[in-house]
Amino acid sequence: MALQPDEIARLARLAHIQVTAEECGTLTERLDAVLDMVRQLQACDTAGVEPLAHPLDAVQELRPDAVADAESPETLMRNAPAAAAGLFLVPRVLD
Amino acid sequence: MSRAVGAGWETVIGLEVHVQLATRSKLFSDAAVEFGQPPNVCASAIDMALPGTLPSVNENAIRMAVRFGLAIDAQINRRSVFERKNYFYPDLPKGYQTTQLAAPVVGAGRLRIALAGGGEREVRIHHAHLEEDAGKSLHEEFPGASGIDLNRAGTPLLEIVCEPDLRSGPEAVALLRQIHALATYLEISDGDMSQGSMRCDVNVSVRPAGDSALGTRTEMKNLNSFRFVERAIEGEAARQIALIEEGGKVVQETRLYDSEANLSRPMRGKEMAHDYRYFPCPDLLPVIIDEAFIAAERDALPELPAACRERLMREHGLSVDAANLLTAERATVDYFEQVAAVCSAGKMAANWVNGELAAQLNKTGGRLADCPVSAAELGRLIARILDGSLSGKLAKTVFADMWAGRGGVDAIIAARGLQQVRDSGAIEALVDKVLAENAAQVENYRTARPEKRGKMLGFFVGQAMKLSGGKAAPGEVNRLLREKL
Repeated sequence: MALQPDEIARLARLAHIQVTAEECGTLTERLDAVLDMVRQLQACDTAGVEPLAHPLDAVQELRPDAVADAESPETLMRNAPAAAAGLFLVPRVLD
Repeated sequence: MSRAVGAGWETVIGLEVHVQLATRSKLFSDAAVEFGQPPNVCASAIDMALPGTLPSVNENAIRMAVRFGLAIDAQINRRSVFERKNYFYPDLPKGYQTTQLAAPVVGAGRLRIALAGGGEREVRIHHAHLEEDAGKSLHEEFPGASGIDLNRAGTPLLEIVCEPDLRSGPEAVALLRQIHALATYLEISDGDMSQGSMRCDVNVSVRPAGDSALGTRTEMKNLNSFRFVERAIEGEAARQIALIEEGGKVVQETRLYDSEANLSRPMRGKEMAHDYRYFPCPDLLPVIIDEAFIAAERDALPELPAACRERLMREHGLSVDAANLLTAERATVDYFEQVAAVCSAGKMAANWVNGELAAQLNKTGGRLADCPVSAAELGRLIARILDGSLSGKLAKTVFADMWAGRGGVDAIIAARGLQQVRDSGAIEALVDKVLAENAAQVENYRTARPEKRGKMLGFFVGQAMKLSGGKAAPGEVNRLLREKL
Protein backbone atom coordinates (compact mmCIF):
# COMPACT_ATOMS: atom_id res chain seq x y z
CA MET A 1 0.00 0.00 0.00
CA ALA A 2 1.98 2.96 -1.31
CA LEU A 3 1.79 6.48 0.11
CA GLN A 4 -0.40 8.80 -1.94
CA PRO A 5 0.84 12.18 -3.25
CA ASP A 6 -1.56 14.07 -0.95
CA GLU A 7 -0.11 12.25 2.07
CA ILE A 8 3.41 13.21 1.00
CA ALA A 9 2.23 16.80 0.56
CA ARG A 10 0.75 16.80 4.06
CA LEU A 11 3.93 15.38 5.62
CA ALA A 12 5.98 17.98 3.76
CA ARG A 13 3.73 20.72 5.10
CA LEU A 14 4.06 19.44 8.67
CA ALA A 15 7.85 19.27 8.28
CA HIS A 16 7.97 22.71 6.63
CA ILE A 17 9.87 21.45 3.61
CA GLN A 18 9.18 22.03 -0.07
CA VAL A 19 8.84 18.93 -2.21
CA THR A 20 8.85 19.11 -6.02
CA ALA A 21 6.86 16.74 -8.20
CA GLU A 22 9.98 14.69 -9.11
CA GLU A 23 11.11 14.51 -5.50
CA CYS A 24 7.67 13.27 -4.60
CA GLY A 25 8.30 10.03 -6.50
CA THR A 26 11.67 9.32 -4.84
CA LEU A 27 10.27 10.26 -1.44
CA THR A 28 7.34 7.90 -1.86
CA GLU A 29 9.70 4.98 -2.60
CA ARG A 30 11.96 5.72 0.37
CA LEU A 31 9.14 6.37 2.85
CA ASP A 32 7.36 3.22 1.70
CA ALA A 33 10.54 1.25 2.46
CA VAL A 34 10.61 2.77 5.97
CA LEU A 35 6.93 2.01 6.47
CA ASP A 36 7.51 -1.60 5.34
CA MET A 37 10.01 -1.97 8.13
CA VAL A 38 7.54 -0.45 10.58
CA ARG A 39 4.89 -2.90 9.39
CA GLN A 40 7.25 -5.77 10.16
CA LEU A 41 7.73 -4.38 13.66
CA GLN A 42 4.00 -3.98 14.09
CA ALA A 43 3.55 -7.66 13.27
CA CYS A 44 5.41 -8.60 16.49
CA ASP A 45 3.32 -9.72 19.42
CA THR A 46 3.78 -7.04 22.09
CA ALA A 47 1.13 -8.26 24.51
CA GLY A 48 2.50 -7.83 28.03
CA VAL A 49 5.45 -5.68 26.88
CA GLU A 50 5.77 -2.31 28.66
CA PRO A 51 5.85 0.68 26.30
CA LEU A 52 9.47 1.80 25.91
CA ALA A 53 10.14 5.45 26.70
CA HIS A 54 13.89 5.25 26.21
CA PRO A 55 16.24 2.56 24.93
CA LEU A 56 18.72 3.14 27.76
CA ASP A 57 17.95 1.31 30.95
CA ALA A 58 18.67 4.34 33.11
CA VAL A 59 16.76 7.05 34.92
CA GLN A 60 16.93 10.83 34.63
CA GLU A 61 19.30 12.64 37.00
CA LEU A 62 17.61 15.71 38.44
CA ARG A 63 19.37 19.08 38.55
CA PRO A 64 19.25 21.30 41.67
CA ASP A 65 17.24 24.47 41.02
CA ALA A 66 20.10 26.97 40.82
CA VAL A 67 20.87 29.69 38.31
CA ALA A 68 24.30 29.64 36.71
CA ASP A 69 26.03 32.51 34.98
CA ALA A 70 25.00 32.18 31.39
CA GLU A 71 26.97 33.11 28.32
CA SER A 72 26.15 36.64 27.24
CA PRO A 73 23.36 36.99 24.69
CA GLU A 74 25.91 38.60 22.36
CA THR A 75 27.99 35.41 22.37
CA LEU A 76 25.01 33.10 22.09
CA MET A 77 23.41 35.13 19.31
CA ARG A 78 26.62 35.57 17.30
CA ASN A 79 25.46 33.11 14.64
CA ALA A 80 21.98 34.58 14.28
CA PRO A 81 21.42 35.62 10.65
CA ALA A 82 19.70 38.80 11.87
CA ALA A 83 19.31 40.47 15.24
CA ALA A 84 18.37 43.90 16.54
CA ALA A 85 17.78 45.44 19.96
CA GLY A 86 18.73 42.14 21.60
CA LEU A 87 16.09 40.22 19.64
CA PHE A 88 16.48 37.54 17.00
CA LEU A 89 14.89 38.76 13.79
CA VAL A 90 12.96 36.33 11.61
CA PRO A 91 10.82 36.88 8.52
CA ARG A 92 7.61 38.43 9.70
CA VAL A 93 5.12 35.94 11.15
CA LEU A 94 1.63 36.58 12.36
CA ASP A 95 -0.89 34.12 13.73
CA MET B 1 -41.15 26.38 18.97
CA SER B 2 -42.57 28.21 21.94
CA ARG B 3 -39.49 27.62 24.06
CA ALA B 4 -37.45 30.76 24.80
CA VAL B 5 -34.06 30.97 23.09
CA GLY B 6 -31.45 29.44 25.34
CA ALA B 7 -33.90 27.76 27.70
CA GLY B 8 -33.55 24.02 28.18
CA TRP B 9 -29.82 23.96 27.41
CA GLU B 10 -26.93 22.94 29.58
CA THR B 11 -23.42 24.36 29.16
CA VAL B 12 -20.50 21.97 29.67
CA ILE B 13 -17.07 23.42 30.38
CA GLY B 14 -13.61 21.95 30.71
CA LEU B 15 -10.53 23.96 31.65
CA GLU B 16 -6.83 23.57 30.97
CA VAL B 17 -4.99 25.81 33.40
CA HIS B 18 -1.34 26.71 32.96
CA VAL B 19 0.36 27.68 36.21
CA GLN B 20 3.84 29.16 35.91
CA LEU B 21 6.01 27.53 38.54
CA ALA B 22 8.09 29.76 40.81
CA THR B 23 11.41 28.03 40.25
CA ARG B 24 14.63 30.01 40.14
CA SER B 25 15.89 28.35 36.97
CA LYS B 26 14.23 26.99 33.83
CA LEU B 27 12.68 23.54 33.50
CA PHE B 28 15.53 22.19 31.34
CA SER B 29 18.36 24.72 31.77
CA ASP B 30 20.07 26.72 34.51
CA ALA B 31 19.09 30.10 33.04
CA ALA B 32 17.10 32.38 35.35
CA VAL B 33 13.31 32.62 35.30
CA GLU B 34 12.78 36.37 35.60
CA PHE B 35 10.05 38.66 34.33
CA GLY B 36 10.79 42.00 32.71
CA GLN B 37 14.45 41.48 31.78
CA PRO B 38 16.03 42.83 28.58
CA PRO B 39 15.47 40.44 25.65
CA ASN B 40 17.36 37.15 25.62
CA VAL B 41 19.44 37.73 28.76
CA CYS B 42 17.60 34.87 30.52
CA ALA B 43 18.03 32.47 27.62
CA SER B 44 20.82 29.90 27.67
CA ALA B 45 22.20 27.86 24.79
CA ILE B 46 19.66 25.16 25.74
CA ASP B 47 16.72 27.59 25.67
CA MET B 48 17.91 28.82 22.28
CA ALA B 49 18.16 25.22 21.03
CA LEU B 50 21.74 25.69 19.86
CA PRO B 51 23.17 22.51 18.30
CA GLY B 52 24.76 20.02 20.65
CA THR B 53 22.93 21.12 23.77
CA LEU B 54 21.13 18.70 26.06
CA PRO B 55 18.36 19.44 28.56
CA SER B 56 18.51 18.54 32.25
CA VAL B 57 15.46 18.34 34.49
CA ASN B 58 14.92 20.85 37.31
CA GLU B 59 14.29 18.87 40.49
CA ASN B 60 12.28 21.70 42.04
CA ALA B 61 9.78 21.69 39.17
CA ILE B 62 9.17 17.97 39.79
CA ARG B 63 8.86 18.70 43.51
CA MET B 64 6.28 21.46 42.91
CA ALA B 65 4.22 19.26 40.60
CA VAL B 66 4.23 16.49 43.22
CA ARG B 67 3.18 18.98 45.91
CA PHE B 68 0.26 20.12 43.79
CA GLY B 69 -0.70 16.52 43.10
CA LEU B 70 -0.75 15.67 46.80
CA ALA B 71 -2.90 18.75 47.53
CA ILE B 72 -5.56 17.62 45.03
CA ASP B 73 -5.50 14.07 46.30
CA ALA B 74 -4.05 12.78 43.05
CA GLN B 75 -2.18 9.72 42.01
CA ILE B 76 1.54 10.58 41.68
CA ASN B 77 3.09 8.64 38.84
CA ARG B 78 6.27 6.96 40.11
CA ARG B 79 7.61 6.96 36.57
CA SER B 80 7.08 10.01 34.44
CA VAL B 81 8.09 10.64 30.81
CA PHE B 82 8.77 13.80 28.81
CA GLU B 83 7.61 13.87 25.22
CA ARG B 84 8.04 16.10 22.21
CA LYS B 85 5.07 17.96 20.78
CA ASN B 86 6.10 19.02 17.28
CA TYR B 87 5.11 22.25 15.60
CA PHE B 88 6.86 25.17 13.95
CA TYR B 89 6.84 28.66 15.30
CA PRO B 90 9.83 31.02 15.57
CA ASP B 91 9.41 31.45 19.34
CA LEU B 92 9.77 27.68 19.73
CA PRO B 93 13.37 27.30 18.56
CA LYS B 94 13.64 23.51 18.91
CA GLY B 95 10.65 22.95 16.63
CA TYR B 96 8.96 21.06 19.45
CA GLN B 97 7.72 21.74 22.95
CA THR B 98 8.97 19.36 25.62
CA THR B 99 5.86 18.31 27.52
CA GLN B 100 4.21 15.21 28.95
CA LEU B 101 1.41 13.10 27.52
CA ALA B 102 1.16 9.42 28.39
CA ALA B 103 2.96 9.55 31.74
CA PRO B 104 2.52 12.94 33.44
CA VAL B 105 3.82 13.57 36.98
CA VAL B 106 0.31 14.02 38.38
CA GLY B 107 -2.50 11.59 37.60
CA ALA B 108 -6.22 11.87 38.33
CA GLY B 109 -7.22 14.02 41.31
CA ARG B 110 -10.04 16.28 42.45
CA LEU B 111 -10.89 19.73 43.72
CA ARG B 112 -14.01 21.07 45.41
CA ILE B 113 -15.68 24.32 44.46
CA ALA B 114 -18.36 26.26 46.35
CA LEU B 115 -21.57 26.72 44.31
CA ALA B 116 -23.44 30.01 44.07
CA GLY B 117 -26.65 28.64 45.58
CA GLY B 118 -24.72 27.09 48.48
CA GLY B 119 -23.23 23.62 48.65
CA GLU B 120 -20.16 22.23 46.96
CA ARG B 121 -19.29 20.31 43.81
CA GLU B 122 -16.37 18.01 43.22
CA VAL B 123 -14.49 18.73 40.00
CA ARG B 124 -12.38 15.87 38.69
CA ILE B 125 -8.88 16.69 37.55
CA HIS B 126 -7.87 14.44 34.67
CA HIS B 127 -4.14 14.93 35.22
CA ALA B 128 -1.49 17.65 35.56
CA HIS B 129 1.71 17.65 33.55
CA LEU B 130 4.94 19.60 33.34
CA GLU B 131 5.90 21.43 30.17
CA GLU B 132 8.05 24.31 29.01
CA ASP B 133 6.75 27.70 27.95
CA ALA B 134 7.64 29.19 24.56
CA GLY B 135 9.39 32.50 23.91
CA LYS B 136 7.72 35.69 22.77
CA SER B 137 7.29 37.08 19.27
CA LEU B 138 7.13 40.84 18.79
CA HIS B 139 5.50 41.85 15.56
CA GLU B 140 5.32 45.61 15.89
CA GLU B 141 8.75 47.12 15.79
CA PHE B 142 10.58 45.83 12.74
CA PRO B 143 9.25 46.27 9.20
CA GLY B 144 8.95 42.93 7.46
CA ALA B 145 10.41 41.07 10.44
CA SER B 146 9.35 39.66 13.79
CA GLY B 147 11.58 39.99 16.86
CA ILE B 148 12.09 36.91 19.03
CA ASP B 149 12.75 37.11 22.78
CA LEU B 150 13.49 33.73 24.34
CA ASN B 151 13.60 34.83 28.00
CA ARG B 152 10.35 32.99 28.67
CA ALA B 153 11.36 29.91 26.66
CA GLY B 154 11.81 26.93 28.95
CA THR B 155 9.94 28.47 31.90
CA PRO B 156 8.28 25.59 33.77
CA LEU B 157 4.50 25.36 33.53
CA LEU B 158 2.19 22.96 35.30
CA GLU B 159 -0.79 22.33 33.03
CA ILE B 160 -3.82 21.22 35.01
CA VAL B 161 -6.45 19.52 32.86
CA CYS B 162 -9.91 19.21 34.38
CA GLU B 163 -12.77 16.94 33.31
CA PRO B 164 -15.86 18.62 31.78
CA ASP B 165 -17.55 18.89 35.19
CA LEU B 166 -18.30 22.63 35.13
CA ARG B 167 -21.68 24.03 34.09
CA SER B 168 -21.35 27.83 34.05
CA GLY B 169 -18.94 30.73 33.80
CA PRO B 170 -19.07 31.42 37.56
CA GLU B 171 -18.31 27.74 38.28
CA ALA B 172 -15.28 27.91 35.99
CA VAL B 173 -14.10 31.03 37.80
CA ALA B 174 -14.63 29.31 41.17
CA LEU B 175 -12.35 26.46 40.04
CA LEU B 176 -9.74 28.92 38.76
CA ARG B 177 -9.79 30.74 42.09
CA GLN B 178 -9.34 27.41 43.88
CA ILE B 179 -6.33 26.55 41.75
CA HIS B 180 -4.94 30.06 42.19
CA ALA B 181 -5.33 29.87 45.97
CA LEU B 182 -3.76 26.41 46.11
CA ALA B 183 -0.80 27.50 43.98
CA THR B 184 -0.04 30.42 46.28
CA TYR B 185 -0.49 28.38 49.49
CA LEU B 186 1.75 25.64 48.15
CA GLU B 187 4.22 28.35 47.11
CA ILE B 188 4.57 26.77 43.69
CA SER B 189 3.62 29.99 41.86
CA ASP B 190 3.51 33.70 42.54
CA GLY B 191 -0.02 33.62 41.05
CA ASP B 192 0.49 37.01 39.41
CA MET B 193 -2.14 37.01 36.66
CA SER B 194 -0.94 40.32 35.21
CA GLN B 195 2.43 38.76 34.41
CA GLY B 196 0.85 35.68 32.91
CA SER B 197 1.59 33.37 35.85
CA MET B 198 -1.79 31.76 35.32
CA ARG B 199 -3.41 31.31 31.92
CA CYS B 200 -6.31 29.21 30.88
CA ASP B 201 -7.73 27.41 27.84
CA VAL B 202 -11.48 26.89 27.94
CA ASN B 203 -13.50 24.14 26.21
CA VAL B 204 -17.19 24.88 25.82
CA SER B 205 -20.05 22.77 24.48
CA VAL B 206 -23.83 22.83 24.95
CA ARG B 207 -26.43 20.06 25.03
CA PRO B 208 -30.16 19.79 25.72
CA ALA B 209 -30.64 19.70 29.50
CA GLY B 210 -30.87 16.09 30.65
CA ASP B 211 -28.78 14.65 27.78
CA SER B 212 -25.73 12.70 28.82
CA ALA B 213 -23.85 12.80 25.49
CA LEU B 214 -21.52 15.77 25.06
CA GLY B 215 -22.07 18.30 22.28
CA THR B 216 -19.34 19.39 19.86
CA ARG B 217 -16.92 21.64 21.71
CA THR B 218 -14.92 24.69 20.77
CA GLU B 219 -11.77 25.85 22.46
CA MET B 220 -10.70 29.36 23.45
CA LYS B 221 -7.04 29.76 24.28
CA ASN B 222 -4.90 31.88 26.55
CA LEU B 223 -7.44 33.71 28.69
CA ASN B 224 -5.59 35.49 31.46
CA SER B 225 -8.19 37.00 33.73
CA PHE B 226 -11.10 35.58 35.75
CA ARG B 227 -13.45 38.14 34.24
CA PHE B 228 -12.53 37.25 30.65
CA VAL B 229 -12.98 33.54 31.36
CA GLU B 230 -16.50 34.10 32.63
CA ARG B 231 -17.50 36.41 29.78
CA ALA B 232 -15.91 34.24 27.10
CA ILE B 233 -17.80 31.16 28.35
CA GLU B 234 -21.18 32.88 28.59
CA GLY B 235 -20.74 34.43 25.14
CA GLU B 236 -19.62 31.20 23.48
CA ALA B 237 -22.43 29.14 25.04
CA ALA B 238 -24.99 31.70 23.82
CA ARG B 239 -23.45 31.63 20.32
CA GLN B 240 -23.63 27.82 20.15
CA ILE B 241 -27.23 27.69 21.42
CA ALA B 242 -28.39 30.34 18.93
CA LEU B 243 -26.55 28.50 16.13
CA ILE B 244 -28.19 25.14 16.94
CA GLU B 245 -31.64 26.67 17.40
CA GLU B 246 -31.34 28.23 13.96
CA GLY B 247 -30.67 24.76 12.58
CA GLY B 248 -26.87 25.12 12.34
CA LYS B 249 -24.11 22.87 13.66
CA VAL B 250 -21.24 23.69 15.99
CA VAL B 251 -17.86 23.10 14.33
CA GLN B 252 -15.01 21.84 16.47
CA GLU B 253 -12.46 24.64 16.26
CA THR B 254 -10.17 26.92 18.19
CA ARG B 255 -11.58 30.40 18.64
CA LEU B 256 -9.88 33.58 19.74
CA TYR B 257 -11.60 35.59 22.44
CA ASP B 258 -11.43 39.33 21.86
CA SER B 259 -11.81 40.90 25.29
CA GLU B 260 -12.40 44.38 23.90
CA ALA B 261 -15.26 43.39 21.62
CA ASN B 262 -16.36 40.65 24.08
CA LEU B 263 -16.81 38.09 21.32
CA SER B 264 -14.89 35.15 19.92
CA ARG B 265 -14.01 34.40 16.31
CA PRO B 266 -12.45 31.38 14.62
CA MET B 267 -8.66 31.45 14.43
CA ARG B 268 -7.34 32.06 10.95
CA GLY B 269 -5.05 29.71 9.09
CA LYS B 270 -5.82 26.61 11.12
CA GLU B 271 -7.57 24.70 8.35
CA MET B 272 -5.07 21.90 8.87
CA ALA B 273 -5.99 19.83 11.88
CA HIS B 274 -3.12 19.81 14.37
CA ASP B 275 -0.85 16.87 14.11
CA TYR B 276 1.70 17.26 16.85
CA ARG B 277 3.28 13.81 16.32
CA TYR B 278 4.10 13.30 19.98
CA PHE B 279 6.90 10.89 20.83
CA PRO B 280 9.06 10.29 23.92
CA CYS B 281 11.96 12.75 24.06
CA PRO B 282 15.17 10.80 23.38
CA ASP B 283 17.21 13.52 25.17
CA LEU B 284 15.52 12.85 28.49
CA LEU B 285 15.32 9.64 30.47
CA PRO B 286 12.24 8.65 32.43
CA VAL B 287 11.95 10.51 35.75
CA ILE B 288 11.57 8.22 38.72
CA ILE B 289 9.77 9.67 41.74
CA ASP B 290 10.40 7.49 44.77
CA GLU B 291 8.43 7.04 47.97
CA ALA B 292 10.89 9.09 50.06
CA PHE B 293 10.54 12.05 47.67
CA ILE B 294 6.75 11.91 47.91
CA ALA B 295 6.77 11.42 51.69
CA ALA B 296 9.00 14.46 52.14
CA GLU B 297 6.61 16.59 50.12
CA ARG B 298 3.60 15.21 51.96
CA ASP B 299 5.21 16.06 55.32
CA ALA B 300 5.98 19.58 54.11
CA LEU B 301 2.45 20.32 52.86
CA PRO B 302 1.31 23.63 54.38
CA GLU B 303 -2.16 24.41 55.67
CA LEU B 304 -4.49 24.42 52.64
CA PRO B 305 -7.14 27.09 51.91
CA ALA B 306 -10.18 25.15 53.16
CA ALA B 307 -8.52 24.28 56.49
CA CYS B 308 -7.25 27.85 56.84
CA ARG B 309 -10.75 29.26 56.29
CA GLU B 310 -12.18 27.01 58.99
CA ARG B 311 -9.43 28.01 61.40
CA LEU B 312 -9.92 31.76 60.88
CA MET B 313 -13.65 31.38 61.51
CA ARG B 314 -12.97 29.38 64.65
CA GLU B 315 -10.12 31.44 66.09
CA HIS B 316 -11.39 34.92 65.25
CA GLY B 317 -15.15 34.42 64.96
CA LEU B 318 -15.13 35.61 61.35
CA SER B 319 -18.03 35.14 58.93
CA VAL B 320 -17.68 32.72 55.99
CA ASP B 321 -17.53 35.66 53.58
CA ALA B 322 -14.81 37.47 55.52
CA ALA B 323 -12.78 34.25 55.85
CA ASN B 324 -13.23 33.50 52.14
CA LEU B 325 -11.89 36.91 51.16
CA LEU B 326 -8.89 36.58 53.46
CA THR B 327 -7.96 33.08 52.35
CA ALA B 328 -8.02 33.71 48.57
CA GLU B 329 -4.25 34.18 48.74
CA ARG B 330 -1.75 33.01 51.32
CA ALA B 331 -0.15 36.47 51.47
CA THR B 332 -3.46 37.99 52.60
CA VAL B 333 -3.85 35.44 55.40
CA ASP B 334 -0.30 36.09 56.61
CA TYR B 335 -0.88 39.85 56.56
CA PHE B 336 -4.20 39.51 58.38
CA GLU B 337 -2.72 37.27 61.08
CA GLN B 338 0.03 39.82 61.77
CA VAL B 339 -2.51 42.65 61.99
CA ALA B 340 -4.71 40.60 64.32
CA ALA B 341 -1.73 39.66 66.50
CA VAL B 342 -0.77 43.33 66.98
CA CYS B 343 -4.28 44.68 67.70
CA SER B 344 -5.77 41.52 69.29
CA ALA B 345 -9.06 42.13 67.51
CA GLY B 346 -9.63 39.62 64.71
CA LYS B 347 -12.96 40.88 63.43
CA MET B 348 -11.78 44.46 63.21
CA ALA B 349 -8.53 43.37 61.59
CA ALA B 350 -10.57 41.41 59.01
CA ASN B 351 -12.80 44.45 58.36
CA TRP B 352 -9.79 46.64 57.72
CA VAL B 353 -7.91 44.15 55.55
CA ASN B 354 -11.01 43.27 53.48
CA GLY B 355 -12.27 46.86 53.50
CA GLU B 356 -9.97 49.86 53.49
CA LEU B 357 -6.81 47.97 52.56
CA ALA B 358 -8.41 45.92 49.75
CA ALA B 359 -10.03 49.09 48.38
CA GLN B 360 -6.69 50.91 48.25
CA LEU B 361 -4.98 47.92 46.63
CA ASN B 362 -7.76 47.72 44.05
CA LYS B 363 -7.54 51.41 43.33
CA THR B 364 -3.79 51.34 42.77
CA GLY B 365 -3.76 47.91 41.14
CA GLY B 366 -0.98 47.01 43.56
CA ARG B 367 -0.22 43.70 45.21
CA LEU B 368 -0.11 43.06 48.92
CA ALA B 369 3.63 42.39 48.65
CA ASP B 370 4.16 46.03 47.59
CA CYS B 371 1.70 47.47 50.11
CA PRO B 372 3.12 50.66 51.67
CA VAL B 373 1.38 50.01 55.02
CA SER B 374 2.94 47.16 56.96
CA ALA B 375 0.73 44.71 58.83
CA ALA B 376 2.24 45.85 62.13
CA GLU B 377 1.39 49.50 61.38
CA LEU B 378 -2.19 48.64 60.46
CA GLY B 379 -2.40 46.65 63.69
CA ARG B 380 -1.23 49.70 65.65
CA LEU B 381 -3.80 51.88 63.88
CA ILE B 382 -6.60 49.54 64.94
CA ALA B 383 -5.18 49.49 68.47
CA ARG B 384 -5.50 53.31 68.50
CA ILE B 385 -9.19 52.97 67.63
CA LEU B 386 -9.66 50.38 70.35
CA ASP B 387 -7.97 52.47 73.04
CA GLY B 388 -10.19 55.43 72.15
CA SER B 389 -7.43 57.63 70.71
CA LEU B 390 -9.06 57.70 67.28
CA SER B 391 -12.59 57.52 65.97
CA GLY B 392 -13.24 55.09 63.11
CA LYS B 393 -13.64 58.02 60.77
CA LEU B 394 -10.38 59.72 61.70
CA ALA B 395 -8.63 56.36 61.49
CA LYS B 396 -9.45 56.28 57.77
CA THR B 397 -7.80 59.68 57.36
CA VAL B 398 -4.74 58.42 59.19
CA PHE B 399 -4.73 55.29 57.05
CA ALA B 400 -4.77 57.39 53.87
CA ASP B 401 -1.74 59.29 55.20
CA MET B 402 0.05 56.04 56.06
CA TRP B 403 -0.67 54.79 52.54
CA ALA B 404 0.80 58.00 51.13
CA GLY B 405 3.98 57.34 53.13
CA ARG B 406 3.55 60.21 55.59
CA GLY B 407 4.83 58.13 58.50
CA GLY B 408 3.63 55.79 61.21
CA VAL B 409 0.32 55.90 63.07
CA ASP B 410 1.42 57.88 66.11
CA ALA B 411 3.54 60.31 64.11
CA ILE B 412 0.58 61.11 61.85
CA ILE B 413 -1.80 61.51 64.79
CA ALA B 414 0.63 63.93 66.40
CA ALA B 415 1.43 65.79 63.17
CA ARG B 416 -2.22 66.29 62.29
CA GLY B 417 -3.25 67.01 65.87
CA LEU B 418 -5.83 64.25 65.59
CA GLN B 419 -5.51 62.98 69.14
CA GLN B 420 -9.04 62.64 70.48
CA VAL B 421 -10.02 65.23 73.09
CA ARG B 422 -10.81 63.12 76.14
CA ASP B 423 -10.25 65.73 78.76
CA SER B 424 -13.66 66.17 80.46
CA GLY B 425 -13.11 69.85 81.13
CA ALA B 426 -12.53 70.67 77.48
CA ILE B 427 -15.48 68.57 76.38
CA GLU B 428 -17.70 70.14 79.00
CA ALA B 429 -16.86 73.57 77.61
CA LEU B 430 -17.86 72.36 74.14
CA VAL B 431 -21.11 70.91 75.40
CA ASP B 432 -21.98 74.09 77.27
CA LYS B 433 -21.34 76.14 74.17
CA VAL B 434 -23.59 73.91 72.04
CA LEU B 435 -26.41 74.05 74.58
CA ALA B 436 -26.15 77.84 74.89
CA GLU B 437 -26.21 78.32 71.10
CA ASN B 438 -29.23 76.07 70.61
CA ALA B 439 -31.58 77.16 73.34
CA ALA B 440 -34.74 76.44 71.29
CA GLN B 441 -33.70 72.81 70.63
CA VAL B 442 -32.83 72.39 74.30
CA GLU B 443 -36.33 73.51 75.19
CA ASN B 444 -37.84 71.07 72.66
CA TYR B 445 -35.76 68.25 74.03
CA ARG B 446 -36.80 68.85 77.58
CA THR B 447 -40.51 68.84 76.70
CA ALA B 448 -40.28 65.87 74.28
CA ARG B 449 -41.47 62.37 75.12
CA PRO B 450 -38.57 60.14 76.32
CA GLU B 451 -38.76 57.82 73.27
CA LYS B 452 -38.15 60.79 70.97
CA ARG B 453 -35.20 62.09 72.90
CA GLY B 454 -32.67 59.58 71.57
CA LYS B 455 -32.88 60.99 68.10
CA MET B 456 -32.87 64.57 69.36
CA LEU B 457 -29.76 63.92 71.40
CA GLY B 458 -28.01 63.00 68.15
CA PHE B 459 -28.39 66.59 67.01
CA PHE B 460 -26.47 67.93 70.01
CA VAL B 461 -23.79 65.24 69.71
CA GLY B 462 -23.37 66.16 66.06
CA GLN B 463 -23.00 69.85 66.88
CA ALA B 464 -20.45 69.17 69.61
CA MET B 465 -18.42 66.84 67.38
CA LYS B 466 -18.45 69.44 64.61
CA LEU B 467 -17.29 72.10 66.99
CA SER B 468 -14.37 69.87 68.08
CA GLY B 469 -13.35 69.13 64.51
CA GLY B 470 -14.28 65.49 65.03
CA LYS B 471 -11.76 65.07 67.80
CA ALA B 472 -13.95 64.92 70.90
CA ALA B 473 -14.40 61.43 72.35
CA PRO B 474 -18.00 60.61 71.37
CA GLY B 475 -18.70 58.58 74.51
CA GLU B 476 -17.75 61.44 76.77
CA VAL B 477 -19.77 63.95 74.72
CA ASN B 478 -22.82 61.72 75.02
CA ARG B 479 -22.42 61.27 78.74
CA LEU B 480 -22.05 65.00 79.44
CA LEU B 481 -24.97 65.97 77.18
CA ARG B 482 -27.33 63.55 78.88
CA GLU B 483 -26.19 64.82 82.23
CA LYS B 484 -26.73 68.46 81.36
CA LEU B 485 -29.97 68.04 79.47
